[in-house]
Amino acid sequence: YIPRSDNQDVMLECLQRETETLLKLSQVSRITSVFFGGGTPSLARPSTIAAVLETVARHAGLSEEAEVTLEVNPTPVGSSKLEDFLHAGVNRFSIGVQSLRDDDLKVLGRDHNSQHALQTVVEARRLCPGRVSVDVMFGRPGQCVASWELELDELLSVCDDHVSLYQLTLERGTQLFRQVQKGQLSVPSDDITAVMYDSARRILQKRGYLQYEVSNFARNGAISQHNMSYWKASQYLGVGPGAHGRFVPRGEGDVCREARTQTLEPDVWLREVQQRSHGTRRRIPSPTWDCELEEVLVMGLRLIDGITHQHWQLFSPRADLYQILSSSSEVQDLQQTGLLILDDRGLRCSWQGLALLDSMLPTLLLLLEAYITQGLQEQQARGPIGDQRHGGQRVSKPG
Amino acid sequence: MQLSLIKHQGCATPFLRHLLDFRVYQTRQRSQCCKIACTVIRHRWMKRAPVFCTHNTTNKMISTQADKENIDMSKFPVERIRNFSIIAHIDHGKSTLADRLLELTGAIATTDKNKQVLDKLQVERERGITVKAQTASLFYKYQGQTYLLNLIDTPGHVDFSYEVSRSISACQGVLLIVDANQGIQAQTVANFYLAFEAQLTIIPVINKIDLKNADPERVEKQIEKVFDIPTEECIRISAKLGTNVEQVLQEVVKRLPPPTFKKEDPFKALVFDSNFDHYRGVVANIALFGGYLSKGDRIISAYLGKSYEVNELGLLRPDEHPTDRLYAGQVGYVIAGMKEVKEAQIGDTLYHQKHLVEALPGFKPAKAMVFAGMYPMDQSDYSALRSAVEKLTLNDSSVTVQRDSSLALGAGWRLGFLGLLHMEVFNQRLEQEYNASVIVTAPTVPYKAILSSAKLIKNRRAVQKNMVYIDDHRVMMKYLFPLNEIVVDFYDLLKSMSSGYASFDYEDAGYQPAHVIKMDILLNGKPVEELTTIVHKDRAYSAGKAMCERLQDAIPRQMFEIAVQAAIGSKVIARETIKAYKKNVLAKCYGGDITRKMKLLKKQAEGKKKMRYIGTVQVPKDAFINVLKRKDK
Repeated sequence: YIPRSDNQDVMLECLQRETETLLKLSQVSRITSVFFGGGTPSLARPSTIAAVLETVARHAGLSEEAEVTLEVNPTPVGSSKLEDFLHAGVNRFSIGVQSLRDDDLKVLGRDHNSQHALQTVVEARRLCPGRVSVDVMFGRPGQCVASWELELDELLSVCDDHVSLYQLTLERGTQLFRQVQKGQLSVPSDDITAVMYDSARRILQKRGYLQYEVSNFARNGAISQHNMSYWKASQYLGVGPGAHGRFVPRGEGDVCREARTQTLEPDVWLREVQQRSHGTRRRIPSPTWDCELEEVLVMGLRLIDGITHQHWQLFSPRADLYQILSSSSEVQDLQQTGLLILDDRGLRCSWQGLALLDSMLPTLLLLLEAYITQGLQEQQARGPIGDQRHGGQRVSKPG
Repeated sequence: MQLSLIKHQGCATPFLRHLLDFRVYQTRQRSQCCKIACTVIRHRWMKRAPVFCTHNTTNKMISTQADKENIDMSKFPVERIRNFSIIAHIDHGKSTLADRLLELTGAIATTDKNKQVLDKLQVERERGITVKAQTASLFYKYQGQTYLLNLIDTPGHVDFSYEVSRSISACQGVLLIVDANQGIQAQTVANFYLAFEAQLTIIPVINKIDLKNADPERVEKQIEKVFDIPTEECIRISAKLGTNVEQVLQEVVKRLPPPTFKKEDPFKALVFDSNFDHYRGVVANIALFGGYLSKGDRIISAYLGKSYEVNELGLLRPDEHPTDRLYAGQVGYVIAGMKEVKEAQIGDTLYHQKHLVEALPGFKPAKAMVFAGMYPMDQSDYSALRSAVEKLTLNDSSVTVQRDSSLALGAGWRLGFLGLLHMEVFNQRLEQEYNASVIVTAPTVPYKAILSSAKLIKNRRAVQKNMVYIDDHRVMMKYLFPLNEIVVDFYDLLKSMSSGYASFDYEDAGYQPAHVIKMDILLNGKPVEELTTIVHKDRAYSAGKAMCERLQDAIPRQMFEIAVQAAIGSKVIARETIKAYKKNVLAKCYGGDITRKMKLLKKQAEGKKKMRYIGTVQVPKDAFINVLKRKDK
């Protein structure tokens, strides 16, 4: 993650140093994807990007095919630098268009307009054909279904092969949140946004975009490799202030994935990296980190293909999905109402189920928790046995 | 239940229109009882008054007998004792007058800080009301004689009307205070009748004459019209400034009759109040109706038949002041090793072990009229709350406590109160004195099950009993009203509809047959037992509808449609639908979002454990609380 900073040289140095430290710690041999995101990385100098990539390549294998994505805000400045970024090693752009309505962009606090957005998309497609993603947001204040459909159509006519679709979430503490609270603005009701989501899915499908995750659609197989690694619970390193990572710190002799969070405040992070070569603020090693299986479940179900039995087996060699879930009447209800599918392929949501995933997850998590507690009790009854649950069977595929 | 309404005629038209909205009444012939009653009283105290109106010299002297040592109570024969009470509508200045009287007689020092000295509880001071009756014996020198004036302060609100009536029965006269600005209000009338029925001499006192809008002439005319007391008998005072308060004391001595009890008779005393002292047990306030009581005497309570030895007795000035004896006609306190306030029930009679006497009339064990469920906000607070409730009920025997539990709210109690204010005061005391946070569910009123015969029942709403124009501005209406119609929020509604002008008072008119039925609340066809209620037949539809609406708001939307229904037997009378939602909020979920997402989901999973399931419908616990809780104003 590369946040905006005036002291870009120090920042670069620290980014390189932390990358180096974490790469050594994880002992990964091959990096398949790199993602520059969070904040506005397109404000960074292309040389910074190049230098970080160089560091990655120096300490681990970074193949020619590796996906290197840069998040871009579609401002004129950002768009003019795209070519430089390309030369620095970026080969995929993710553009935060959000909306083609200028008024809405203002309300959302964006400093670009639709003109800039379209120009940036065109420029990015020229540089990286087939590897440009566009973010678009629905459920904005004052939006109606008809205008949304129109806008999406308009946007799709310039889009490349990847679209990310999000609903506006009102974050506490933002101006937008306050405005909505005070009643100055009104966001569409849940029923309306449900229709918006549904119609967007249909429109995207008609245009040849296949949904592969709750919010992500790709044409011609242009799915984001990097994001897939999140949902498939692979290893990834988080570098930079506030970054999150999940990887096996083999350098310390561990065999289990560990959750790591880097220090959020840039200044503190800088100091920490200068002092001890990394700014890891929090580490939750997996023996106490019960979330491993839960994360596999939660993230996996976001994918249209869900969790295959083989995938589950990697993390839970002892109990398969049937054992954990199929006896529950709630799961049976979900299956009967056609929201959830558990069959020979694995566990996944149906078309309607995907939109309701968050409502199903607490039920599934409780079942999983019951299974884990039960397992622990049995284990204690049998005497201490080394937990082989996460035993290094996984291919390193960090981001 | 009787209800009387007094209100300004200026707002009468819109108000009456509203009145029609919430009751269908059967008009009855207007009763003449009010008029007749007033005539009677006039005769009665016109007879007595002249006896005491002989002397008129002002020889005021504040008692110098304030020294704490041994007051020989035998020095005060009944001729020099006056027992009186101050009665008034709320806020008409009863406690302030009491303060002035205490100051004038030297019972308390004259300072600015004497504000409602007799109101000892925090809630009393905050609300400006008197909950526990307090008593003060005053020494007042008049024409060279020292008189013992016993002021028995009474609770102002009708919820405590039984306590008022007992206090009053210990008196021979009352000061009826009326605000010079507001004039006669509902409780002025109610209290007047209490005093009148007890055949007490009534001295009307018009208070707050210092106020800008004071109109004592008008109030005097009202008093003459409603109570048939000649205008010249009213004393105009300002208790706040002390204007004419001295005259009040003189009139008390002059106009009120002394008690007629003899110390030669066997000992007999009325318990008119009781308190609980953590060190000494029950402190009973008594009025001696005959004989005398000494330390060491063995006494018996007529209600329970239990015998006690008198450990301590004395005067209340207003603090306890031990003496050796108390004589007939006097008022004081007694500590006799009673462990619970229930042993010293208000209205009970105490007598000497050796001399059995007939119990004083009018005693009835306190009867709760309003019930409420009370549950701790958090079940872990249960034992703390239990001890708080126990301590409070030690001091208030009129609260009935029954253990209760609800599936929704856990373990708690069903408490019975004398009335709504009583309940509120109790809750406030729990909160203030014991720092307890409670959920109060809608109060319920006792129903007597009546085998349903072919009776035609008409009294679901008010039945008008009578209507009297008090003066050009006010009209008094009496209605027969079922208690359950008013327990919840009638008073608030009335006040808001009449812009605060209407005042309201009620008394128990006994049980009336009513058609009540059991109403179930169903979620997708499954009954919710926590919400089963008893409603009046005619009200079932609106009650059911309201309940469904509140539940509809309280239950979050779920993945499937939920039918919220109110049903009587198998018949559905109201329905609301909670629509299924079609999707969750869709935010991005990468990197750092994952940690947040997991945290949120874990929290939701934990929350799910705490949900109550009605069939497949998840109901958050606070949904029940929201539906059951009394609505905040």
